[in-house]
Amino acid sequence: MPAKVWTIFRKDLLIELRTKDSLNAMIFFGIVVLVIFNFALEAIRESIRAAVPGVLWVSFAFSGTLGLNRMFAAEKENSCLQGLLMVPVDRGIIYLGKMIAACVVIFVFSLIFFNLTVWREIPYVVLVCLVGTLGFTAVGALLSAIAANTKMREVLLPLILFPVVLPILVNAVEATAIILNTVDYRQLKLPLTIMTVFTIVFATLAYLLFEYVLED
Amino acid sequence: MDQRGQARLDEFLGALLFAGMILALYMAFLQAPREKTMGDLQRIFYFHVSSGITGLTAFAVNFAASVMYLVRRNRWWDHVALSSAELGVMFLSIVLVTGPIWAKPVWFVWWTWSPRLTSSLVLWMLYVAYLLVRNYVLDPDRRALVSAVFGIVAFVDAPIVWFSIRWWRDIHPAPMLETGGLSPSMRPAFYTCWAVFQILFIYLLRRRFFLEASRQEVEWLQRRADMVS
Repeated sequence: MPAKVWTIFRKDLLIELRTKDSLNAMIFFGIVVLVIFNFALEAIRESIRAAVPGVLWVSFAFSGTLGLNRMFAAEKENSCLQGLLMVPVDRGIIYLGKMIAACVVIFVFSLIFFNLTVWREIPYVVLVCLVGTLGFTAVGALLSAIAANTKMREVLLPLILFPVVLPILVNAVEATAIILNTVDYRQLKLPLTIMTVFTIVFATLAYLLFEYVLED
Repeated sequence: MDQRGQARLDEFLGALLFAGMILALYMAFLQAPREKTMGDLQRIFYFHVSSGITGLTAFAVNFAASVMYLVRRNRWWDHVALSSAELGVMFLSIVLVTGPIWAKPVWFVWWTWSPRLTSSLVLWMLYVAYLLVRNYVLDPDRRALVSAVFGIVAFVDAPIVWFSIRWWRDIHPAPMLETGGLSPSMRPAFYTCWAVFQILFIYLLRRRFFLEASRQEVEWLQRRADMVS
């Protein structure tokens, strides 16, 4: 099973490395959103530090959605999905491969992105980013496949994704705020636990349900 | 049960509902005592909580029907899932409207981001998203399949949303029935309202179910007619 997951993972990552479609779009979009926030939050410039976690994760969610949209749109373009479905593996494997690939891409993006703002707390930021990205893509990969079934793909994905990943975003913001504002990193335990539970529950659920979404 | 039997049952439920609604209005507005501090304002509680519970029931029905559809692949279950999701959104909308009406005079604000309020709103959004998904899938079989998957995801998500924001301080009154805070003199009115709302749910669920069944049949006949011509 790991070998099969690896094959699909490698395929998706190779495509991304050669075209750099998602990563470029995500990074640029992330910067654009930050610039807009800069103007939007002009009024609270003195207490800007309190707004940082929220701003970062909102940008993360917006840009991450861009990445997830590409994930199945690219497969649909040249009827690659049919080819992928003919591969004699369990559909859950396809989910895992694609999910991990999207996770790596979004994680790389989030690291570039978050490190621009904070320096000292990097290990903790990396941890929160990793768990946050895992949870985000665990649901995102499934919902991206659902949205790919509809006629409004790109528009629909954020509408159905954000309400579902709310626990991840809320807790990631909470965790980032703890990192930025306190020295007591033990407080991170609660948000990280909830995010991990969320990730495990939805990765399992998506693994089981993925075959229905891709069925012909 | 044949069609005639179903129609009979609908008539019976309709009559029961009519009588029940009048009784519920009487109980909530006249029979139940005035609340000491909030006065008549508290009477909205009977409808607010009843629709809340009914909404949750509807989402549970949607979840069960979604699972059953994936197992059985019978369109029947898809109709149930759609009908209950729509009704759940409707009942939760009642909750989200009656809540602020009560909150404005008591808390002095229409809305506050307390866990209970936030998670109710998110729950509402999840099922609006469910209805959106349904709207944008053209093929009926795909639609049934995809929305069943999303229905399951939404229902599993709801408790996590609730737990993930639970540690914030909550100003919403604690559930009265669990803590035994509801005065015994108010209980008959509350249980009447609750029961009537459940009947309303069953009645509307049946009507919506048959409507959807006929709609899909018409759709199917139309497609056949197109193929012939």
